[in-house]
Amino acid sequence: MITTRTQPHPFDAAAETAALTTGRTDIGAIVTFTGLVRDVALTLEHYPTMTNRQLAAIAAEALTRWPGIAGTVIHRFGTLAPGDPIVLVAIASAHRAAAFEAAEFLMDWLKTRAPFWKHEAGAGWVAAKSSDDEAAARWDKP
Amino acid sequence: MDFLYFAWVRERIGTGAETLALPATAVTIADLLDWLAQQSPGHAAALADRATIRVALDEDFVALDAPIAGAREIAIFPPVTGG
Repeated sequence: MITTRTQPHPFDAAAETAALTTGRTDIGAIVTFTGLVRDVALTLEHYPTMTNRQLAAIAAEALTRWPGIAGTVIHRFGTLAPGDPIVLVAIASAHRAAAFEAAEFLMDWLKTRAPFWKHEAGAGWVAAKSSDDEAAARWDKP
Repeated sequence: MDFLYFAWVRERIGTGAETLALPATAVTIADLLDWLAQQSPGHAAALADRATIRVALDEDFVALDAPIAGAREIAIFPPVTGG
């Protein structure tokens, strides 16, 4: 199971990771990715109902591709300061390959499919990057 | 139909949500955007560059040539930039 949620408040990556392994002895690998706000303050706008649906759909796709993994995905919204954590992807798996791959897949799809928009203080709306589309496209099935 | 707008699409149109009666001529998303762009100068400015417009029907992404048929809610926004 991969739980997904959005929230305005900070998350505790260590506590989230610990929760994935509580009571389990079959997990041999945990990969965690934490995205931070870089350089300038951001306001994250989102489309709440669609965001929740998209995050659940992305998580379901990851479980189809890497059966047996477990994880937590958290994305913050609202106003964030430079250095603040903005997104967490934590994946637990029996072996490391699935955990690394699934974490990268989740971030790539999240960046291109979850309806969030970054607004930088003093600079305006952040433009989408073609490199993010290219990163997501490598997971396309032939 | 309920319309939702986000990010700079919302700013240019001047509201995050509105309810509008669609004309019978609007069959596809592209038809709908053509009609919506005529509603005000703000709508026209928001929809001027279709390459930067993304659309969701009832919370699922759709292509511009997709049919509108039966949808309750349409959301219009720029390419997403989360993560």
